[in-house]
Amino acid sequence: MGLLAMLLEGEWYDFGDLAEQIEDWGAPDEAAYVLATLVATVVILLWAVLSVLAFIWIERRVVALMQNRKGPNRVGPAGLLQPVADALKLLMKEAITTAGADRILFWAAPIIIFVPTLAIFAIFPWGENMVLADLNVGVLFLLAIAGINTPAVFLAGWSSNNKYALLGSMRTIAMLISYEIIQVLALLAPVLFVSSMRMADIVSWQEDYVWIVLIQPLGLLAYIIAGAVEMNRSPADNAEAESEIVAGYHTEYGGIKFGFFYQGEYLAGFAIAAAVVTLYFGGWTLFGLEEWIPGWSIFLGKLYTIFFIYIWSRGTLPRLRIDQLMGFAWKFLLPLTIANVLIVGAEVLIWRENELSSWEALPAIAVVNLALGVVLFAGWARFLGHGKGTQAASGAILTQEIGTVHFKPAVGTEAGS
Amino acid sequence: MTSLQSEPFVINIGPQHPSTHGVFRLRLTMDGEKITEADMVMGYLHRSMEKLAEERTYTQNIPFTDRTDYLSAMTGNLAYVLAVERLMEVEVPERAKWLRMIMAELQRIASHAMAVGIFANDTGAWQTPVMHMFRDREKILDLFEMACGARLTLNYMRIGGVSRDIPPEWIPQAKKLLKDLPKKFAEYEDLLLTNEIIVARSRGIGVLTPDQAIAHSVSGPMLRGSGVAWDIRKADPYAAYDKVDFDVAVGTNGDVYDRFVVRMAEMRQSLRILEQALEMMPEGPVHARLGAATVQPGGQSIAPLAYRPPVGEAYARIESPRGEIGYYIVSDGSPAPFRFHIRSPSFINLTPLALMTVGSTVADAVVILGSVDIVVGEVDR
Amino acid sequence: MTATVTGLEVAGAIEQRFPDAVVEATPEYAVVAPEELIEVLTWLRDDDSMLFKFLSSLTAVDREEWFEVVYHLESFRTNRITVIKVRSDDRDDPIVPSVVDVWPGAQLQEREAYDLMGIRFEGNPDLRRIFLWDGFAGFPLRKDYMNLAGGQMAGLERFPGEPGLEFNNRGTQ
Repeated sequence: MGLLAMLLEGEWYDFGDLAEQIEDWGAPDEAAYVLATLVATVVILLWAVLSVLAFIWIERRVVALMQNRKGPNRVGPAGLLQPVADALKLLMKEAITTAGADRILFWAAPIIIFVPTLAIFAIFPWGENMVLADLNVGVLFLLAIAGINTPAVFLAGWSSNNKYALLGSMRTIAMLISYEIIQVLALLAPVLFVSSMRMADIVSWQEDYVWIVLIQPLGLLAYIIAGAVEMNRSPADNAEAESEIVAGYHTEYGGIKFGFFYQGEYLAGFAIAAAVVTLYFGGWTLFGLEEWIPGWSIFLGKLYTIFFIYIWSRGTLPRLRIDQLMGFAWKFLLPLTIANVLIVGAEVLIWRENELSSWEALPAIAVVNLALGVVLFAGWARFLGHGKGTQAASGAILTQEIGTVHFKPAVGTEAGS
Repeated sequence: MTSLQSEPFVINIGPQHPSTHGVFRLRLTMDGEKITEADMVMGYLHRSMEKLAEERTYTQNIPFTDRTDYLSAMTGNLAYVLAVERLMEVEVPERAKWLRMIMAELQRIASHAMAVGIFANDTGAWQTPVMHMFRDREKILDLFEMACGARLTLNYMRIGGVSRDIPPEWIPQAKKLLKDLPKKFAEYEDLLLTNEIIVARSRGIGVLTPDQAIAHSVSGPMLRGSGVAWDIRKADPYAAYDKVDFDVAVGTNGDVYDRFVVRMAEMRQSLRILEQALEMMPEGPVHARLGAATVQPGGQSIAPLAYRPPVGEAYARIESPRGEIGYYIVSDGSPAPFRFHIRSPSFINLTPLALMTVGSTVADAVVILGSVDIVVGEVDR
Repeated sequence: MTATVTGLEVAGAIEQRFPDAVVEATPEYAVVAPEELIEVLTWLRDDDSMLFKFLSSLTAVDREEWFEVVYHLESFRTNRITVIKVRSDDRDDPIVPSVVDVWPGAQLQEREAYDLMGIRFEGNPDLRRIFLWDGFAGFPLRKDYMNLAGGQMAGLERFPGEPGLEFNNRGTQ
């Protein structure tokens, strides 16, 4: 009970007194810093692993609900021990390394996917004064680490010595690179507003002014989509498209190596959800509610809510073909995000130049951005031919005469030209 | 500067694969992501049914017809008994005809529900449409279980009628199902037909022009998706189809999307037929008395259901959910058929697969195979 | 209703165009000579009075003295169906012209007839076994394939349990 009160009180991470105590004992100055870092690292690691375990169960139950069936409900009460069973199974399986595989790269690929994703959690502010690595270039760090995913996936596919894996990894690289550009451009906008890349600064800007989601709807949409693709999650899971190339780049992996890929996918999901929460939804603040509830619980609540959107889209949407996905990135999202950055830049310039107060500027910005976002999105889609011609949905013709032919292919398909 | 030499590489889809609808192997020769050659390897489920049937009596062969197209056993049964009845010139009682039609249409809904669900699965929607459509298929299978005791390999039709009459609680339960289904179909159409990703994945893929379709002997939703309005239920009505009113659903583009749309529209038309049939079905016997054929040449009557049809041959074809299923029976006067040939729609609909697949990518090949809607039991027999 | 063009009618029509092409005609089918088969079938497909553009089924039957290949032709425009047959007397290596050029849909069905009956279709670009593997010995659907003791063949002589008829080497009862 005491522990619970201490956790909820929200002050337990402030090692100020402990730091003074250690200094009194004559320890070197950095000891307190090292100790705090170690404790925080362990806590974050524990949280990450426990969250993954919990979400294995939650995702399967939620997707099952969407599919009108029950999810895991045999292992333990209501299936709660299912993740434990999965983890044990993966640990106990034989870790086969195929004969033709490049041994070193084969062993290294899962690690390269897993460890950097863990490192991202260091930069987020989990609550007041709860940042493990308070980098000045937090956003840049986030994007850089997200980029390590790409070569790691390719290493996995190439070193497997397997045609399916190679196909999967080649698709993935093209996809990931395209969507990284979208990510960068989408994230430029909050940075422009706050004029700082430091995560804690962004959160306090949002606490002072307004949540960035309200003034950046288009950017948020672009970032969520780009994030889904970076995570290799449906509707963009071509890399591991089960119904086509069995399991893509991790076909040959079994046992705990596959467990690393699996965990890495969830952790990447949490990382992107954390980025969305911090940059768009105000981080650990909630309009002053953080006086009563600890900030980290607000942060986690928002994170899980955003992650739920990804689970939802996975259960519902089918998969786009790889060239359609790339076309979507380069032809649709890229111009939109560039336009977004230009508009935000113009707005920030006007704001600073004319020294408007936030009460005047922000509502105007919000309305303008929302209107422009809708117009650009719909207009650009219409311009690119969405919903017409070859992409139009249609119904069947119902007829009673037999022997007639009703072939009239839409213009733009092969048969029509 | 030497030029880059690239080698085509061969990729196997199947025989064990989440998307090949059974044990079926497709060898694709690829140049990058584009397919240059597609070769089908089948025979993994070849059970030599045509040979086995030559050793068994005509009634003993009816369970074989369940197991060819195991996802639509009623139509398989029906085609076979129609062929034998044509050979023996047997007149089927009215109630049996209506019952046959009702069962065939229920089977069509069940089979199309599965075909559409699995097609959505092939495009990557993680089994969500499949689960919902299987829910409705379960209710139809419950009806089948009430009528004949089995869910999948039904063995319901007999030469001269059906095996038994339906219990009294069957029609009320069927009517209840018919009240629920239109709402469900509206939901599926809303979720699947206008879903942008499904449209993007299936529009313009695997196009067959009507001339190509007719030349390649394609039938069923594949033929109607290409725009040819040909349905054997209208062209050559059997089993009371000429007494109900329904439309034939036809596509205009000949691509995968249109076949999918045609299947969904056919489900609705089947509902229409069922509503009329459940009202209009007459009372009466469900099995014809096959008089002289059960008496053998010496005058001694032998066990019923044992016939010696006259010498000759007959070919009867009906519209199964996959296309035109036909049975070619040659009789030499003995209790077993002399030649038992199944004209299976899935097998023949596979003929233009190479034509449709060459030039597209692996993802498209899977989707095209899903649109052909094969059942390997029928392909290999 | 699909009207059946009887063998006699279609034989009459063929005879007017291709004399000596029809070998035999019964009300059920018309048998065409193998040499003229392709021309007759092409004419049946293209001629305005025939228009049998749809090959409904291509089957092979082993009639113990000869092999025959049966073509069920269907016409959508006129809603008719007819049956054409062609025979080969060679029991070891029957050869019949291939109709793949007339109807491409015959491809898989001819491969099946070759695989199970051993009839070779001359002119088929890709005649290989389809269900059985490449080294399989024999052609299973032939009547003399089952090498049971006493040279028995497939078929059922009498019903299980039926008294008294003589055996003529059919079936295992």
